[in-house]
Amino acid sequence: MREQTSFVKGIKDGLPICFGYLSISFAFGIYACANGLSILQAVVMSITNLTSAGQLASVPIIAAGGTIAELLISQIVINLRYALMSVSLSQKLGKSVRMLDRFVIAFANTDEVFAVASSQEGTVGRNYLYGLILTPPIGWTLGTLLGAAAGAVLPEILVSALGIAIYGMFIAIVMPKAKTERPTALCVGLSIVLSCLFYYIPVLRTIPSGFTIIICAVIASGVFAFLAPININGEAQNDA
Amino acid sequence: MMHSFLIYLIAMAGITYLIRMLPLVLVKKKIKNKYILSFLYYIPYAVLTVMTIPAIFYSTSYKLSAIVGFVIAFILAYINKSLVTVAALSCVGVFVTELLLKFV
Repeated sequence: MREQTSFVKGIKDGLPICFGYLSISFAFGIYACANGLSILQAVVMSITNLTSAGQLASVPIIAAGGTIAELLISQIVINLRYALMSVSLSQKLGKSVRMLDRFVIAFANTDEVFAVASSQEGTVGRNYLYGLILTPPIGWTLGTLLGAAAGAVLPEILVSALGIAIYGMFIAIVMPKAKTERPTALCVGLSIVLSCLFYYIPVLRTIPSGFTIIICAVIASGVFAFLAPININGEAQNDA
Repeated sequence: MMHSFLIYLIAMAGITYLIRMLPLVLVKKKIKNKYILSFLYYIPYAVLTVMTIPAIFYSTSYKLSAIVGFVIAFILAYINKSLVTVAALSCVGVFVTELLLKFV
Protein backbone atom coordinates (compact mmCIF):
# COMPACT_ATOMS: atom_id res chain seq x y z
CA MET A 1 0.00 0.00 0.00
CA ARG A 2 1.22 3.50 -0.77
CA GLU A 3 2.59 5.50 2.18
CA GLN A 4 2.21 9.26 2.33
CA THR A 5 5.67 10.44 3.44
CA SER A 6 5.92 14.06 2.30
CA PHE A 7 6.60 16.55 5.10
CA VAL A 8 5.66 19.42 2.79
CA LYS A 9 2.32 17.81 1.95
CA GLY A 10 1.76 17.44 5.71
CA ILE A 11 2.40 21.14 6.27
CA LYS A 12 0.07 22.03 3.39
CA ASP A 13 -2.72 19.86 4.78
CA GLY A 14 -2.15 21.18 8.31
CA LEU A 15 -2.37 24.87 7.45
CA PRO A 16 -6.15 24.98 6.86
CA ILE A 17 -6.57 23.31 10.26
CA CYS A 18 -4.26 25.90 11.78
CA PHE A 19 -6.34 28.74 10.31
CA GLY A 20 -9.59 27.06 11.25
CA TYR A 21 -8.34 26.75 14.82
CA LEU A 22 -7.53 30.45 14.98
CA SER A 23 -11.23 31.24 14.85
CA ILE A 24 -12.49 28.52 17.21
CA SER A 25 -9.81 29.07 19.82
CA PHE A 26 -10.41 32.79 19.44
CA ALA A 27 -13.97 32.15 20.61
CA PHE A 28 -12.62 29.95 23.39
CA GLY A 29 -10.25 32.73 24.51
CA ILE A 30 -13.13 35.20 24.75
CA TYR A 31 -15.27 32.70 26.63
CA ALA A 32 -12.55 31.63 29.08
CA CYS A 33 -11.66 35.18 30.08
CA ALA A 34 -15.30 36.22 30.33
CA ASN A 35 -15.65 33.41 32.87
CA GLY A 36 -12.79 34.46 35.10
CA LEU A 37 -9.71 32.74 33.68
CA SER A 38 -6.64 34.91 33.13
CA ILE A 39 -5.12 35.27 29.67
CA LEU A 40 -2.16 33.14 30.75
CA GLN A 41 -4.41 30.40 32.13
CA ALA A 42 -6.47 30.27 28.93
CA VAL A 43 -3.33 30.08 26.79
CA VAL A 44 -1.65 27.41 28.93
CA MET A 45 -4.84 25.36 28.87
CA SER A 46 -4.89 25.47 25.07
CA ILE A 47 -1.23 24.44 24.70
CA THR A 48 -1.63 21.48 27.04
CA ASN A 49 -5.09 20.22 26.05
CA LEU A 50 -5.63 20.93 22.37
CA THR A 51 -9.31 20.07 22.52
CA SER A 52 -12.21 22.42 21.84
CA ALA A 53 -15.24 20.83 23.49
CA GLY A 54 -13.26 19.55 26.48
CA GLN A 55 -11.79 22.96 27.22
CA LEU A 56 -15.12 24.72 26.79
CA ALA A 57 -16.74 22.31 29.23
CA SER A 58 -13.97 22.76 31.79
CA VAL A 59 -14.38 26.53 32.12
CA PRO A 60 -17.66 26.61 34.07
CA ILE A 61 -16.43 23.79 36.34
CA ILE A 62 -13.20 25.61 37.12
CA ALA A 63 -15.00 28.94 37.50
CA ALA A 64 -17.41 27.40 40.00
CA GLY A 65 -14.59 25.72 41.91
CA GLY A 66 -15.93 22.27 41.03
CA THR A 67 -14.35 19.01 42.15
CA ILE A 68 -11.53 17.31 40.26
CA ALA A 69 -13.77 14.23 39.85
CA GLU A 70 -16.38 16.34 38.11
CA LEU A 71 -13.74 17.77 35.80
CA LEU A 72 -12.28 14.34 35.02
CA ILE A 73 -15.67 12.78 34.26
CA SER A 74 -16.63 15.63 31.95
CA GLN A 75 -13.33 15.30 30.10
CA ILE A 76 -13.65 11.52 29.75
CA VAL A 77 -17.21 11.76 28.42
CA ILE A 78 -16.44 14.53 25.97
CA ASN A 79 -13.04 13.26 24.85
CA LEU A 80 -13.68 9.52 24.69
CA ARG A 81 -14.25 9.91 20.96
CA TYR A 82 -10.50 10.47 20.64
CA ALA A 83 -9.92 6.91 21.83
CA LEU A 84 -12.02 5.74 18.89
CA MET A 85 -10.08 8.00 16.55
CA SER A 86 -6.74 6.81 17.91
CA VAL A 87 -7.71 3.17 17.28
CA SER A 88 -8.74 4.14 13.77
CA LEU A 89 -5.54 6.15 13.22
CA SER A 90 -3.41 3.25 14.48
CA GLN A 91 -4.57 1.31 11.41
CA LYS A 92 -3.56 4.13 9.12
CA LEU A 93 0.06 4.48 10.28
CA GLY A 94 2.79 3.56 7.80
CA LYS A 95 5.97 1.55 8.45
CA SER A 96 8.04 4.69 9.07
CA VAL A 97 6.09 5.57 12.23
CA ARG A 98 8.07 4.41 15.28
CA MET A 99 6.93 3.84 18.86
CA LEU A 100 8.20 7.21 20.08
CA ASP A 101 6.38 8.93 17.20
CA ARG A 102 3.09 7.46 18.40
CA PHE A 103 3.48 9.21 21.78
CA VAL A 104 3.98 12.56 20.01
CA ILE A 105 1.30 12.14 17.36
CA ALA A 106 -1.25 11.10 20.00
CA PHE A 107 -0.98 14.50 21.65
CA ALA A 108 -2.12 16.27 18.49
CA ASN A 109 -4.72 13.74 17.37
CA THR A 110 -7.59 16.22 17.22
CA ASP A 111 -10.85 15.76 15.28
CA GLU A 112 -9.47 17.68 12.33
CA VAL A 113 -5.96 16.19 12.28
CA PHE A 114 -7.53 12.75 12.47
CA ALA A 115 -9.99 13.55 9.70
CA VAL A 116 -7.30 14.83 7.36
CA ALA A 117 -4.94 11.92 8.11
CA SER A 118 -7.79 9.45 7.53
CA SER A 119 -8.68 10.98 4.18
CA GLN A 120 -5.22 10.21 2.71
CA GLU A 121 -4.86 7.38 0.22
CA GLY A 122 -2.99 4.40 1.67
CA THR A 123 -1.02 4.82 4.91
CA VAL A 124 0.51 7.93 6.49
CA GLY A 125 4.23 8.11 7.34
CA ARG A 126 6.02 9.93 10.17
CA ASN A 127 7.27 12.85 8.06
CA TYR A 128 3.78 13.55 6.74
CA LEU A 129 2.29 13.34 10.22
CA TYR A 130 4.89 15.65 11.76
CA GLY A 131 4.17 18.16 9.01
CA LEU A 132 0.47 17.79 9.61
CA ILE A 133 0.61 18.32 13.39
CA LEU A 134 3.16 21.14 13.33
CA THR A 135 0.93 24.17 12.74
CA PRO A 136 -2.48 23.31 14.27
CA PRO A 137 -1.26 23.65 17.90
CA ILE A 138 0.23 27.04 16.97
CA GLY A 139 -3.09 28.23 15.53
CA TRP A 140 -4.96 26.86 18.51
CA THR A 141 -2.72 28.62 21.06
CA LEU A 142 -2.35 31.86 19.12
CA GLY A 143 -6.11 32.10 18.58
CA THR A 144 -6.70 31.60 22.30
CA LEU A 145 -4.23 34.37 23.09
CA LEU A 146 -5.80 36.77 20.58
CA GLY A 147 -9.32 35.98 21.72
CA ALA A 148 -8.45 36.31 25.39
CA ALA A 149 -6.57 39.56 24.84
CA ALA A 150 -8.69 41.32 22.25
CA GLY A 151 -11.99 39.45 22.20
CA ALA A 152 -13.96 42.25 23.75
CA VAL A 153 -12.67 44.67 21.10
CA LEU A 154 -13.67 42.68 18.02
CA PRO A 155 -17.14 43.33 16.62
CA GLU A 156 -19.59 40.55 17.40
CA ILE A 157 -20.49 40.15 13.74
CA LEU A 158 -16.93 39.00 12.91
CA VAL A 159 -16.84 36.54 15.78
CA SER A 160 -20.18 35.17 14.60
CA ALA A 161 -18.99 34.70 11.02
CA LEU A 162 -15.84 32.89 12.16
CA GLY A 163 -17.96 30.50 14.21
CA ILE A 164 -19.00 28.53 11.13
CA ALA A 165 -15.45 28.01 9.78
CA ILE A 166 -14.81 24.65 11.40
CA TYR A 167 -18.09 23.17 10.20
CA GLY A 168 -17.35 24.32 6.67
CA MET A 169 -14.12 22.39 6.92
CA PHE A 170 -15.88 19.27 8.14
CA ILE A 171 -18.29 19.41 5.22
CA ALA A 172 -15.37 19.76 2.82
CA ILE A 173 -13.81 16.61 4.30
CA VAL A 174 -16.93 14.44 4.24
CA MET A 175 -18.41 15.53 0.90
CA PRO A 176 -15.86 14.09 -1.58
CA LYS A 177 -16.24 10.59 -0.07
CA ALA A 178 -20.02 10.81 0.33
CA LYS A 179 -20.30 11.96 -3.28
CA THR A 180 -18.42 9.02 -4.78
CA GLU A 181 -19.28 6.18 -2.40
CA ARG A 182 -22.93 5.34 -1.86
CA PRO A 183 -22.48 3.41 1.44
CA THR A 184 -20.53 6.35 2.90
CA ALA A 185 -23.30 8.71 1.79
CA LEU A 186 -25.92 6.51 3.44
CA CYS A 187 -23.80 6.26 6.60
CA VAL A 188 -23.60 10.06 6.63
CA GLY A 189 -27.38 10.20 6.17
CA LEU A 190 -27.97 7.87 9.11
CA SER A 191 -25.54 9.96 11.20
CA ILE A 192 -27.57 13.08 10.42
CA VAL A 193 -30.84 11.41 11.43
CA LEU A 194 -29.40 10.07 14.70
CA SER A 195 -27.67 13.33 15.54
CA CYS A 196 -30.90 15.30 15.01
CA LEU A 197 -32.85 12.83 17.14
CA PHE A 198 -30.39 13.32 19.98
CA TYR A 199 -30.52 17.07 19.51
CA TYR A 200 -34.25 17.66 19.22
CA ILE A 201 -35.83 14.98 21.42
CA PRO A 202 -35.92 16.47 24.93
CA VAL A 203 -35.03 13.26 26.84
CA LEU A 204 -32.11 12.45 24.55
CA ARG A 205 -30.93 16.04 24.68
CA THR A 206 -30.03 15.67 28.36
CA ILE A 207 -27.23 13.29 27.33
CA PRO A 208 -23.90 15.18 27.26
CA SER A 209 -22.86 16.04 23.69
CA GLY A 210 -19.61 14.09 24.02
CA PHE A 211 -21.62 10.92 24.60
CA THR A 212 -24.06 11.77 21.82
CA ILE A 213 -21.21 11.96 19.33
CA ILE A 214 -19.92 8.54 20.36
CA ILE A 215 -23.35 6.86 20.43
CA CYS A 216 -24.47 8.20 17.04
CA ALA A 217 -21.16 7.58 15.29
CA VAL A 218 -20.81 4.05 16.67
CA ILE A 219 -24.37 3.12 15.62
CA ALA A 220 -24.05 4.59 12.12
CA SER A 221 -20.60 3.07 11.50
CA GLY A 222 -21.62 -0.25 13.04
CA VAL A 223 -24.69 -0.55 10.85
CA PHE A 224 -22.75 0.13 7.67
CA ALA A 225 -19.77 -2.01 8.67
CA PHE A 226 -22.29 -4.84 8.74
CA LEU A 227 -24.38 -3.84 5.70
CA ALA A 228 -21.55 -2.64 3.47
CA PRO A 229 -18.13 -3.94 4.57
CA ILE A 230 -15.24 -2.35 2.71
CA ASN A 231 -13.31 -4.32 0.08
CA ILE A 232 -9.62 -5.30 0.12
CA ASN A 233 -8.55 -1.97 -1.34
CA GLY A 234 -10.10 -0.20 1.62
CA GLU A 235 -12.99 1.34 -0.27
CA ALA A 236 -16.68 1.18 0.38
CA GLN A 237 -18.37 -0.85 -2.35
CA ASN A 238 -21.02 0.86 -4.39
CA ASP A 239 -23.01 -2.28 -5.04
CA ALA A 240 -24.02 -2.52 -1.39
CA MET B 1 -6.63 30.51 42.37
CA MET B 2 -3.32 29.84 40.61
CA HIS B 3 -2.55 26.83 42.78
CA SER B 4 -5.91 25.13 42.31
CA PHE B 5 -5.95 26.06 38.62
CA LEU B 6 -2.72 24.10 38.19
CA ILE B 7 -4.35 21.00 39.65
CA TYR B 8 -7.34 21.39 37.33
CA LEU B 9 -5.00 21.88 34.41
CA ILE B 10 -2.87 18.81 35.14
CA ALA B 11 -5.98 16.67 35.66
CA MET B 12 -7.67 17.61 32.40
CA ALA B 13 -4.54 17.67 30.26
CA GLY B 14 -3.44 14.31 31.70
CA ILE B 15 -6.72 12.50 31.12
CA THR B 16 -7.12 13.95 27.63
CA TYR B 17 -3.62 12.83 26.64
CA LEU B 18 -4.14 9.34 28.08
CA ILE B 19 -7.38 8.93 26.11
CA ARG B 20 -5.57 9.80 22.89
CA MET B 21 -2.28 8.07 23.61
CA LEU B 22 -3.22 4.64 25.01
CA PRO B 23 -5.10 3.30 21.95
CA LEU B 24 -2.50 4.67 19.54
CA VAL B 25 0.37 3.07 21.46
CA LEU B 26 -1.36 -0.18 22.40
CA VAL B 27 -2.97 -1.05 19.07
CA LYS B 28 0.11 -1.91 17.05
CA LYS B 29 -1.04 -4.85 14.97
CA LYS B 30 -2.94 -4.37 11.77
CA ILE B 31 -6.52 -5.37 12.40
CA LYS B 32 -7.57 -8.08 9.94
CA ASN B 33 -11.26 -8.45 10.72
CA LYS B 34 -13.30 -7.11 7.81
CA TYR B 35 -16.10 -5.76 9.98
CA ILE B 36 -13.85 -3.97 12.46
CA LEU B 37 -11.90 -2.47 9.54
CA SER B 38 -15.13 -1.33 7.93
CA PHE B 39 -16.34 0.15 11.21
CA LEU B 40 -13.11 2.13 11.54
CA TYR B 41 -13.42 3.21 7.90
CA TYR B 42 -16.83 4.79 8.44
CA ILE B 43 -16.06 6.28 11.87
CA PRO B 44 -14.39 9.56 10.77
CA TYR B 45 -17.23 10.47 8.41
CA ALA B 46 -19.87 9.56 10.98
CA VAL B 47 -18.12 11.52 13.75
CA LEU B 48 -17.67 14.65 11.62
CA THR B 49 -21.26 14.49 10.41
CA VAL B 50 -22.67 14.12 13.90
CA MET B 51 -20.53 17.04 15.08
CA THR B 52 -21.64 19.22 12.15
CA ILE B 53 -25.37 18.61 11.99
CA PRO B 54 -27.35 20.19 13.47
CA ALA B 55 -24.66 22.17 15.39
CA ILE B 56 -23.71 24.22 12.31
CA PHE B 57 -27.14 25.88 12.32
CA TYR B 58 -26.50 27.24 15.81
CA SER B 59 -22.89 28.31 15.24
CA THR B 60 -23.64 31.93 14.30
CA SER B 61 -25.78 34.80 15.61
CA TYR B 62 -28.72 34.11 13.28
CA LYS B 63 -30.18 30.88 11.98
CA LEU B 64 -30.56 32.41 8.52
CA SER B 65 -26.90 33.36 8.24
CA ALA B 66 -25.94 29.85 9.35
CA ILE B 67 -28.19 28.36 6.66
CA VAL B 68 -26.53 30.57 4.04
CA GLY B 69 -23.10 29.50 5.30
CA PHE B 70 -24.15 25.86 5.20
CA VAL B 71 -25.50 26.05 1.65
CA ILE B 72 -22.31 27.76 0.44
CA ALA B 73 -20.14 25.13 2.15
CA PHE B 74 -22.29 22.33 0.73
CA ILE B 75 -22.08 23.57 -2.85
CA LEU B 76 -18.35 24.39 -2.75
CA ALA B 77 -17.52 21.05 -1.14
CA TYR B 78 -19.63 19.29 -3.79
CA ILE B 79 -17.55 20.83 -6.57
CA ASN B 80 -14.39 19.69 -4.73
CA LYS B 81 -13.07 23.06 -3.51
CA SER B 82 -10.27 22.92 -0.92
CA LEU B 83 -10.86 22.98 2.86
CA VAL B 84 -9.68 26.58 3.17
CA THR B 85 -11.84 27.82 0.31
CA VAL B 86 -14.94 26.11 1.64
CA ALA B 87 -14.41 27.34 5.21
CA ALA B 88 -13.46 30.91 4.22
CA LEU B 89 -16.30 31.50 1.74
CA SER B 90 -18.75 30.00 4.19
CA CYS B 91 -17.61 32.64 6.73
CA VAL B 92 -17.96 35.38 4.12
CA GLY B 93 -21.50 34.20 3.39
CA VAL B 94 -22.40 34.40 7.07
CA PHE B 95 -20.79 37.82 7.41
CA VAL B 96 -22.59 39.32 4.40
CA THR B 97 -25.93 37.83 5.45
CA GLU B 98 -25.62 39.27 8.95
CA LEU B 99 -24.62 42.67 7.56
CA LEU B 100 -27.79 42.64 5.44
CA LEU B 101 -29.91 41.46 8.37
CA LYS B 102 -28.59 44.21 10.61
CA PHE B 103 -28.41 47.17 8.33
CA VAL B 104 -30.90 46.68 5.51
